[in-house]
Amino acid sequence: MDIPTDTPPPPSHVEDAKPTTPEQKRAARGATRPGDRIFLGLSRGSGIVLLLIMAAVAAFLAYRASVALADNEGNFLTTFEWDPAGVAHDGKPYFGIAVLVFGTIVSSIIALAIAVPVAIGIALFISHYAPRKLAAPIAYVIDLLAAVPSIVYGLWGALVVAPNLTGLYSWLDDYFGWTGVFEYEGGAPRSLMTVGILLAIMILPIITNVSREVFLQVPKMHEEAALALGATRWEVIRMSVLPFGRSGIISASMLGLGRALGETIAVATVLSPNFVINASVLDYGGGTFAQNIASKFSEASEYGRDALIASGLVLFVITLLVNGAARLIIARRKEYSGANA
Amino acid sequence: MSTVTIKPGGGHDTTPLKAARLPRWTPYAVAAGSLAVAVGIGLAAGLESRMQWGLIAAVLFVAVSYALAARVEGTRQAKDRLATSLVWVMFLLAVVPLASLIYETVERGVKVFDGYFLSHSMGVVADDEPGGGIYHAIIGTLEQVGLACVIAVPIGLLTAIYLVEYGRGKLAKTVTFFVDVMTGIPSIVAGLFVLSFWILILGFDSSGWAGAMALSILMMPVVVRSTEEMLKLVPNELREASLALGVPKWRTILKVVLPTAIGGITTGVMLAVARIAGETAPVLLLVWVNPFINTNPFDGPQGSLPLYIYQQYQSGTQAGYDRAWAAALALISFIMILNLVARGIARWKAPKTGR
Amino acid sequence: MAKRIDVSGLNAFYGSHKAIEDISMTVEPRSVTAFIGPSGCGKSTFLRTLNRMHEVTPGGRVEGKVLLDGDDLYGSGVDPVNVRRTIGMVFQRPNPFPTMSIFDNVAAGLKLNGSYKKSELNDVVEKSLKGANLWNEVKDRLNKPGSGLSGGQQQRLCIARAIAVEPQVLLMDEPCSALDPISTLAIEDLIGELKERFTIVIVTHNMQQAARVSDRTAFFNLAAVGQPGKLIEIDETERIFSNPSVQATEDYISGRFG
Repeated sequence: MDIPTDTPPPPSHVEDAKPTTPEQKRAARGATRPGDRIFLGLSRGSGIVLLLIMAAVAAFLAYRASVALADNEGNFLTTFEWDPAGVAHDGKPYFGIAVLVFGTIVSSIIALAIAVPVAIGIALFISHYAPRKLAAPIAYVIDLLAAVPSIVYGLWGALVVAPNLTGLYSWLDDYFGWTGVFEYEGGAPRSLMTVGILLAIMILPIITNVSREVFLQVPKMHEEAALALGATRWEVIRMSVLPFGRSGIISASMLGLGRALGETIAVATVLSPNFVINASVLDYGGGTFAQNIASKFSEASEYGRDALIASGLVLFVITLLVNGAARLIIARRKEYSGANA
Repeated sequence: MSTVTIKPGGGHDTTPLKAARLPRWTPYAVAAGSLAVAVGIGLAAGLESRMQWGLIAAVLFVAVSYALAARVEGTRQAKDRLATSLVWVMFLLAVVPLASLIYETVERGVKVFDGYFLSHSMGVVADDEPGGGIYHAIIGTLEQVGLACVIAVPIGLLTAIYLVEYGRGKLAKTVTFFVDVMTGIPSIVAGLFVLSFWILILGFDSSGWAGAMALSILMMPVVVRSTEEMLKLVPNELREASLALGVPKWRTILKVVLPTAIGGITTGVMLAVARIAGETAPVLLLVWVNPFINTNPFDGPQGSLPLYIYQQYQSGTQAGYDRAWAAALALISFIMILNLVARGIARWKAPKTGR
Repeated sequence: MAKRIDVSGLNAFYGSHKAIEDISMTVEPRSVTAFIGPSGCGKSTFLRTLNRMHEVTPGGRVEGKVLLDGDDLYGSGVDPVNVRRTIGMVFQRPNPFPTMSIFDNVAAGLKLNGSYKKSELNDVVEKSLKGANLWNEVKDRLNKPGSGLSGGQQQRLCIARAIAVEPQVLLMDEPCSALDPISTLAIEDLIGELKERFTIVIVTHNMQQAARVSDRTAFFNLAAVGQPGKLIEIDETERIFSNPSVQATEDYISGRFG
């Protein structure tokens, strides 16, 4: 990768004249002395190392995945089984990610559906509703929620939350069971719904924090404009805070989605995996990409591991797209938020 | 309630300033009432789960507040109250899990949490018998996290310096973007990457070092981000003052910029450590498990605290659960202490501005 | 349409800090009252107590009475939301809602009160924009965002937004301080027209402006930094600028301090 020698640096407050020769460019960076050159080289090198790592992640995963996929007898995208050892297929590997795609998407959607409204509520609470003395401690509590390791969430989810959910699930079954989505046959509630609830709690802090930042950035004068028109507090929020923060909320939710998609150990702890697609989200079973890797890894042969890497590559690409999109939205927002200064 | 609405174009001379309002104590009374009714319903209907009680109370609270306000104060005020009560309920919804999690961890964790537990390994302890400890896991985690720091901190720091002090062109933009994207890499994917090239392709054994490499990938973007933020806080006047004295740029960065931002950078690194210390997935793939004490992170499987919790949980025995909770208590305490210290440093060493 | 304001014994606080002390005055209907005085003398704070915007600031607190045609704004049972609806405000920096079109900005206050017929809304928006001398400039781009206008146009848009809800009183907090001279002139002309319909109170740093637009002028001052601001005197503008009764006023107006 060639470093930005052909693109002139954008004008900044330090350098006004556009440097043309290499010497001038170095001078513009303040890198004419040997010490400066070494230091610039080191720091730029680190940046490049970072990019190389990202490229290597993609390359190595893709390579191992291709090894696995070359021998796969099943269709990788539509097969409902995970049998890389070929136990049920005369020793021929037969595996696909259909079940994992379903489980990952369903659990993430449940997580987002719960977490986004709650997170917006908490963010508004901190930025606009809480007594001022309370706002900082609450923000700190939310940060603590983010610091709890996922394995502890998993332990808590499996041993504390799940046993408490049977009542709620039978109740959902009583009233909404007819939809098919909320059917519950009893038994341990280690289902995609439980996973979704746990994931919601886990992604709450990141969505809250990003939204809160955005809400606090709403210029005071826009809020005062609404107030002076005789708006109630909620109307102020609806007229000036939420429109201003919409793109922030969207990107915050996508960052949360990225987390939910890739969460491994908490899901592996709580879910009773079962490689089937279940119409009901309350009954146990299903699986997610990350959970499947963690659960199947210890018993997998080398080929089995390659198969898991193939599914990991899909997860990598999905989270890359989701996070990239979120970051692009944030970046675009930064550009136009200064427009009406 | 017609007092609140105003007719357009005309009629304004009649706008009254006063509006019927509910007394100040209304929300508290409604909250207490909903809670009481929810408990009543819960007891009467024999709902075992406290979660249902709480949900019923929350729904009642929101609905009753809205209905009351709509009757007395008018729809606009009612909507305002609806929003307020919803926001409060959301906040409580978030506090309950945290409180429960911390309470349960402490309550169930103290059972076997003692000096013996901290100073012994799991060697020759069967899953279903009590005893054993986390000594080997603590050593493993500390070494893995330490090695991850050794890799990630220099790269992270230098990258942040590049982005803030030198970066202007396309490369800087690309790096910034990918640092952000890297923050979102699932930890299991980082684990799979090291697995594929270090263990499957290069043929090395599982070891603490392999885990540390994966952890460092997770740590780097966090270090870059926080360092970047801190360097940006250093006022430009300081740099210009130093450069104007004829100090070369690299010495300016080392002697003026970094020392000014060191508090914030330390905080960032510690928060990053707190994050990776609790990572289980990459450790599961790369460090494997070892119930014995292995102090050499470059040779063979090691223990690890998060993985220990997972293992003990999976054993499915009461003794295992007890150990899992105790280890969770140890891990959470470690991470919370790191967090508190980091924040303390941030406050203590905060760059003094506005002078 | 326009109402008179009687203030008596008003104190305003930020937390424990007293910002203004014991202010009593009368603001006459259908006239322009200007507040002048050195920075930090509390004239903007006082203005914000007149429509209960002061208490929006964290720690903001008010003692005393503000009567709008005899009704106390701070009486028990008074809803600040209704107060702000009755007493409109224009701010120092133009602050149209950035996400709304020009039309929606003007209609924002009306829409708060529920359903309006589209034609009714159209009428009010047109009337208000004409009232703010902005109609001819924006009538072809009502659906464009308000933030695309020039600073002076944005400020007139904010005035249109404020008068669209037909307030009794219009408060203006240094409305021209962020504008160029030509835009300032346009706003000053507008104020002259608006006083036919509204009671107007304007805070200004510009004494020529006070002399040009106002009928009555109030001079505020503070004893020392950290001390609360006080009303020194209020009188006919002509008298304040030619023959004030207090020495401090004359010193300030002739540029001896402040």
